[in-house]
Amino acid sequence: MKNPPFTYHRPESLADALALLAEFGDDAKILAGGQSLLPVLALRLGRPGHVVDIGRIPELSNLEAGPHGTTIGALVRHAEAERSVAIADHAPLVAAAAPHIGHRAIRTRGTLVGSVAHADPAAEMPAVCLALGATMVAVSAGGTRLIAAADFHQGYLTTALEPNEILTQIRLPAWPTDAGGTVVEISRRHADYALVGLACTVAVADGAITSAALSFFGAASTPVRVADAEAALVGQPPGEAAFAAAAEIVCAQLDPPSDVHGSANYRKHIAGVLTQRGLTAAVARIGVAA
Amino acid sequence: MSTELVTITINGSRHALDVEARRTLADVIREEVGLTGTHLGCEHGVCGACTILLDGQPARACLLLAVQADGAKITTIEGLADGDEMHPVQRAMKEAMAFQCAFCAPGFLMSTVALLEENPSPSTEEIRKELSGNLCRCTGYQSIVAGVETAVRLLSSTARPGVEQ
Repeated sequence: MKNPPFTYHRPESLADALALLAEFGDDAKILAGGQSLLPVLALRLGRPGHVVDIGRIPELSNLEAGPHGTTIGALVRHAEAERSVAIADHAPLVAAAAPHIGHRAIRTRGTLVGSVAHADPAAEMPAVCLALGATMVAVSAGGTRLIAAADFHQGYLTTALEPNEILTQIRLPAWPTDAGGTVVEISRRHADYALVGLACTVAVADGAITSAALSFFGAASTPVRVADAEAALVGQPPGEAAFAAAAEIVCAQLDPPSDVHGSANYRKHIAGVLTQRGLTAAVARIGVAA
Repeated sequence: MSTELVTITINGSRHALDVEARRTLADVIREEVGLTGTHLGCEHGVCGACTILLDGQPARACLLLAVQADGAKITTIEGLADGDEMHPVQRAMKEAMAFQCAFCAPGFLMSTVALLEENPSPSTEEIRKELSGNLCRCTGYQSIVAGVETAVRLLSSTARPGVEQ
């Protein structure tokens, strides 16, 4: 339906945006790409008195990806990341997530950082951040806070961000040369939110797995890693036996929700299937240029 | 209610409008500018009927505030034809009898134009994937996919680019 009324602000600097948040706090919402906020308004899931449009703040547009890590600013859109050669080379898990995110007409407007801040548990980017051990840069008028990805998502549409803070950047650590990663998911229709999805990485040296990350989305109220399954993979030769054992632990430990789209048991089952599928694909990508 | 001054170029014509901040680009295109070819189905970004081109890129006009489009160049369904001459994608959809009620047609046409600009010869699989963000409740999609395939053939024979900004 039509959006409820609000007072619109379009600050031209980060300092001005932060001053508005300091003033209006809980009654203000940040607008970047708007692909999450506008449905929230249209469906009356939220009714902020003030909308702070950060879309014209130049200092939030930075995208840097290199051998020492990747920094994604608050205004970087999915379509830009999807086409970026630097992202493909240095943040391949981000590149792998991009085609799964919405439709083209959503990706041209929606931002990666906005998706993380919106915190839909079935979204790809929060799980990618959790898999990679990203650092969230939260800025308020009072200063800057660095928040570990593992501490950032706290529940359904709920994060560690304070009402006076803006998530200005996501920092990803350097991508290791001996690792592969991918994003796999099962959804009812192409680009729909996943029933369950997996962002995974695996590193291999001398024929044995040295580290693995299994980060599921759509399987709980936040993205979740299955540490026991990751630990079970370490030291094993990458292959069917190790992946099947990890999948079994995933099925036993995940506690996904039931809804009209799928039962908890069905989601557990596909989480196991995705574990094997994702790890197989991730290993195949080690050392392969994007 | 406070309003904002917004300047938008739509299909080559510049419009300076006073709009309420809460209003979407789709509503402003339809109600202020009077171009009702851009259709509104769900009004929350699911159905794709309101797809327009914003600075050449496809976007949902219901998921954009008009104030966000301040300074942008918009192409709507009315901007595809060149006078009386239909755009090749329009011609192809007509030839293939792609639509039944055609409420969804503006969104499909704009998405198809955007797709073929980026990928002039998509496979059937790619067409289905790329147009999955547009919903049609009549056709079952077969005829729409056939229309896009017709457009691919027409465009490759005429070598005309999609749409001029």
